[in-house]
Amino acid sequence: MADNSRRDFMGKVFGGWAALGGLGVLYAAKKTWDPLPSVKAAGFTTVDLSAAEPNVLNIEKWRGKPIFILKKTPDMEKSDRDVIVGKDRFLVAIGLCTHLGCIPAYRPDQKDFLCACHGGMFDTSGDNIKPPPPSPLVIPPFKVEGTKLVLGEEGPEYKKMKEAGITA
Amino acid sequence: MAHFEKAGSLREWLDQRLAIETLERVLSKEYWIPKNINFLWAMGMVLAFTFGILLVSGIFLLMYYQPNVELAFDSVNYTIMREVEFGWLWRHVHAVAASVVFLIIYIHMFTGIYYGSYKKGREMIWISGMLLFVTFSAEAFSGYMLPWGQMSYWAGMVITNLFSLGSLELNGLVEWIRGDYAPGQAFLTRFFMLHVLLLPLAILALIGLHFGTLRIPHVNNQDGEEIDFEAEAAKYKAGNKKEAKVIAFNPDFLSKDMFVLSVFLIFFFYLVFWHYSFAMDPINFDPADPMKTPPHIYPEWYFLWSYEILRPFPKDPGLIAFGIAQVIFFLLPFLDRSPNVAPANRRGLFKVWFWVMIVDMIALTVMGKLPPEGIFNTIGLIATVVFFALWIALPIITKKEKAV
Amino acid sequence: MKELKILAVVVFFTLLTYWGVEPYAHSVMHKHVESKNFQYDDLKPLKKKGDAKRGAETFLSAGCTGCHGVKAAGMPAPMDPVSAAASFGVNPPDLSNAGALYDEKFLAALIKNPAHATKVEHKFTDGRQHPMPNFYGVGGDMEQEVADIVAYMKSIAKNPEEITPVMAFEDACGRCHAVHYEKWTQIGEKPKFKFKKDELLFDAKVLEYQDYLTKYMGKLPPDLSMYIRSRGEHYINTFMEDPQALLPGTSMPRVGVTAESAEKIIEYLADSGDTKREERDSVGVIVMFYLFVFAFLAYLWKQSIWRELH
Repeated sequence: MADNSRRDFMGKVFGGWAALGGLGVLYAAKKTWDPLPSVKAAGFTTVDLSAAEPNVLNIEKWRGKPIFILKKTPDMEKSDRDVIVGKDRFLVAIGLCTHLGCIPAYRPDQKDFLCACHGGMFDTSGDNIKPPPPSPLVIPPFKVEGTKLVLGEEGPEYKKMKEAGITA
Repeated sequence: MAHFEKAGSLREWLDQRLAIETLERVLSKEYWIPKNINFLWAMGMVLAFTFGILLVSGIFLLMYYQPNVELAFDSVNYTIMREVEFGWLWRHVHAVAASVVFLIIYIHMFTGIYYGSYKKGREMIWISGMLLFVTFSAEAFSGYMLPWGQMSYWAGMVITNLFSLGSLELNGLVEWIRGDYAPGQAFLTRFFMLHVLLLPLAILALIGLHFGTLRIPHVNNQDGEEIDFEAEAAKYKAGNKKEAKVIAFNPDFLSKDMFVLSVFLIFFFYLVFWHYSFAMDPINFDPADPMKTPPHIYPEWYFLWSYEILRPFPKDPGLIAFGIAQVIFFLLPFLDRSPNVAPANRRGLFKVWFWVMIVDMIALTVMGKLPPEGIFNTIGLIATVVFFALWIALPIITKKEKAV
Repeated sequence: MKELKILAVVVFFTLLTYWGVEPYAHSVMHKHVESKNFQYDDLKPLKKKGDAKRGAETFLSAGCTGCHGVKAAGMPAPMDPVSAAASFGVNPPDLSNAGALYDEKFLAALIKNPAHATKVEHKFTDGRQHPMPNFYGVGGDMEQEVADIVAYMKSIAKNPEEITPVMAFEDACGRCHAVHYEKWTQIGEKPKFKFKKDELLFDAKVLEYQDYLTKYMGKLPPDLSMYIRSRGEHYINTFMEDPQALLPGTSMPRVGVTAESAEKIIEYLADSGDTKREERDSVGVIVMFYLFVFAFLAYLWKQSIWRELH
């Protein structure tokens, strides 16, 4: 009986060490699935705002998503959601309707966004003004650097908006 | 509907539905193996494990490899080797395993030849094993194409050219195999398909067959002794393990297998991390260039013996010799006319035959790597002639063999 | 005991095969050239002691800046790389760090006779001239003037320790060899472009440069991204030291790097083609440790079972 328990014990120790090796392999496998450095690096887009014209929507690409950048005209309502660059106020938001993800179209005459999929509407501050979208357009992480906007980086202005619950 | 009682445990529940107790007895706890064996008997387990290593490392390479002639080289040498976390590790493991698996295959094969494990009921084990060798060779060749380096391209060019069959000039066949006039996109993608899907499926099926062919004749032993497995199993089960001539697969054979495997893994991973150029030839780190043949082209080491047989003779005789060499090993059980199942050292002239064959295969291998000049040519020619002489002599010397 | 004998036989035949197929066959296929550690024994040492201040003036009167920029002295290159390649076949290097990167005997010899110092005289026959003219002095003692120029170059260059692998490679090799794994082209590092048109314009400039280079050299110098693995450290060192010894008749000039510069160039190439070498070593140690313990435990388990069987 002592024999059996010794071999059982050795078998368990060996099996345990083998399982540890298996965990090592799983760890390496998990890391292999991670997004590549080149993918993560592409997560930052710099946009030059100096040439932006008022009431003309610019659509930039960031992490595969469209980003609405709209320079506000003086008559457009000011909002806490505005991104202030020098003397100008911008709407900077992910251009995907918060209902089911279609890209709303900007109507410069009516100064609003109309989503073709289910008729939802947003104003020039990105607030949802007609259902079905349940919430305003999402503000992506951004940092203002002079007249440039770096999408993907959390600047102080973004952090303030996030704390105030405005970004989502 | 069969009658089912409430099960008392998870084990019992599974046994009622899947007969796991029976499976465990038949495949593991009462699968009887002779006790009179040595570590060479573990090579089968080492091969299964190495094949598993190839499958797993292959899966991760497959996530990032691009089978496109413009992208393939960089998908391996930039994306996988530089960008993917542990990508370098999967690649090194895969390349070294692909080479080392053939070392173990040859050891396994020649163990079988030495101990006579290919005859008297075991012919199908031998044949299914040789089919595995051929399939593994195709798998290795198709895999070598994928990095699309200089060796990939030119090995692909040369080996597919063989199918023109010399004077028959079957250029249409060569173009059909390639899917194009020269190895290009069509060639790469179809060999990718073979390497990733068709051949692995064939290998898995053949492994199943190989295991199946082993059951009825039972595993051989060092003396070729015919064992009464029922009687010996009864001794073992009665508690007389020391005198029984058999052991159980689990845990007896398995524990020895694991130890042999662990020594193998030390050797294997040493190569993976520090000594891998034999498996990752430097020439293949040059991207494929259809306009430039490298000054030296050669196949991977495990194909060299058969490549060398092609070289001493002019075109058509060379191809015929090469063709015969590919299939001759299949005929071993039928060319050996002696009924003796015994280790070679007790089989008179067969002992000489065996060791001359080993030395000859090594000579062919080394000459196959060397440039075909001067004394290398001479040795290669002699080794080729000896190879065929050995096979012609085999039926003669074994017919005359005394009963052991 | 018997099993150890069997193992010995298996190991013997395996090693025999390995030896024949690898070290032996490779020694037959590739001749081995010894490295002379960048001594440049065929070149004469400087005859005179150089004065850097005098050298600065001599440098200007010698007309070097007609083709060469010297950023360290505030002198920009006279032409953009592509126009320079159109005129000379290759872009003349900026000389800011030449004093730190190259052997002084080589620099002196190069100034006096570029084709000879770089060992490409065989390429300039039948009236064909090397794009850099020989230096015959500016009126005084030529040997003194050459020594002064070399001293001047050393004085404006960074300290050799401050030269990074990237700097060494780009200066010594980068005007002919691209390394696309490091985004290096012969006209500089390829920037990120927002618009496809700008990227294509840049690529077109690189191709144009490469056309001039190919015409000048006879063949486009290869991309070196994976050369550390396809050629290896030893081959690259001996090749840099004397291209003619390994590829007689080649157009590649001897570049005259010091042993330290060569080390840095190797490191650059290793960063490109063998990026994960340190990780490979460290993970390897961990795996080997794991496997030795694995083998030990496997042995103990096997022994505990087979004690009852023998």
